[in-house]
Amino acid sequence: MIREFSSADVTFIVLAVRWTLILSAIAFAGGALGGLLVALARTSASKVLRRASAGFIQVFQGTPLLMQLFLVYFGLAVIGLPIDPLLAAAVALTLHASAYLGEIWRGSIEAVPSGQTEAATALALSYPHRMRHVVLPQAMRIATAPTVGFLVQLIKGTSLASIIGFTELTRAGQIINNATFKPFLVFGTVAALYFILCWPLSLMARRLEARMRLAVTR
Amino acid sequence: MTQDAVIMRAVNKYYGGFHALVDIDLTVRRGERIVICGPSGSGKSTLIRTINQLEAIQSGTIIVDGVELTAWGDNVAKVRQDVGMVFQNFNLFPHMTVLENCVLSPMKTRKIPRAEAEATARHYLERVRIPEQADKYPAQLSGGQQQRVAIARALCMKPRIMLFDEPTSALDPEMVKEVLDTMIDLAREGMTMLCVTHEMDFARAVADRVIFMDKGVIVEQGAPDEFFGSPRNERLRNFLGQIA
Repeated sequence: MIREFSSADVTFIVLAVRWTLILSAIAFAGGALGGLLVALARTSASKVLRRASAGFIQVFQGTPLLMQLFLVYFGLAVIGLPIDPLLAAAVALTLHASAYLGEIWRGSIEAVPSGQTEAATALALSYPHRMRHVVLPQAMRIATAPTVGFLVQLIKGTSLASIIGFTELTRAGQIINNATFKPFLVFGTVAALYFILCWPLSLMARRLEARMRLAVTR
Repeated sequence: MTQDAVIMRAVNKYYGGFHALVDIDLTVRRGERIVICGPSGSGKSTLIRTINQLEAIQSGTIIVDGVELTAWGDNVAKVRQDVGMVFQNFNLFPHMTVLENCVLSPMKTRKIPRAEAEATARHYLERVRIPEQADKYPAQLSGGQQQRVAIARALCMKPRIMLFDEPTSALDPEMVKEVLDTMIDLAREGMTMLCVTHEMDFARAVADRVIFMDKGVIVEQGAPDEFFGSPRNERLRNFLGQIA
């Protein structure tokens, strides 16, 4: 039975936004932790760590996010874990975000002048102290704008979790569309909601970038 | 404690195929002030950077204050605590105030409480004559002031040896003097100093020994009088002719 597209359907779609946000938050938090480790490994003195982290980045930047979702989703069963769409999506997006944030932050760490590390080293500061107090605070300022930009990509990327059956914003739209068959209306609503989530972030990224440029030329 | 401040024996350093330091033998006595000069690429900066292991060496021995530098172990960390360094480009931490720059390593590395570290920092800022700039950020200071902060920051670690890597080369001419005066004060107080610089007036005023390097080799060394008065080596004569 095809029914009308009602206000209850809109409410259902709007409420699904919370799952998109939760998934994005998990992936971003996990990706931030993983990305920091990847970035530190990429810039470390150890050749093994540099190679391993470079390989990790290559794999996740060189394959479609959808394949990563599939592999983790079906891979969970292989290692004996229950097939759970939220867990699979969270793990896959975390790995994905770790690779991209790791690469963004590697560049930011390398953009901090080498004289800073040298001065900190000459002052006898240990590697953890050098990173924590001298290099990372400066790298963070450089990284802020591209990081927010990546967050926008990540939020949009969560829509792929609908394909493994996780009911976030896009999947909610599909469910309603199957019942009402008003694709333009339904997916227009879904797209508008994504836009409302992402647009302020894009604006913020642009502002931060402009401020960064000012700070550099000052 | 009569041991020498720095002993280098048969030190060799390569950058890939480039032989940057060739069989360097050098002994620096405690309290000695040494000026190292030479054309660019002669290895003079590399030489002092091996003393705190900013540059690793491929062969030879370096003993700093009785501690032998080895590639592994805690010796390097120990030596770096006793060796201060001042760079051409100041390398102050731009996201920290002057005071924070000065207390960071004493607090983190030497585990000195904040109040004591700040008192020490203010004492040294006073000595380099910029106590009023303590709460400013490096970008708010002139080049000369930044370099004096860098000297104070190094002194806050209470080093026994100070390395200067072309400390006045990046400065506008009118700021060179204030930095040199600070270094002269330090020399008068008996600090062991190794300075890479082209400021020959400074060398004449404070150096116990001037060293001329070329192509990774110590070509000539001596007290300033004989070094400038009767240079034996032709390359040195050319060099002195060019910078005079």
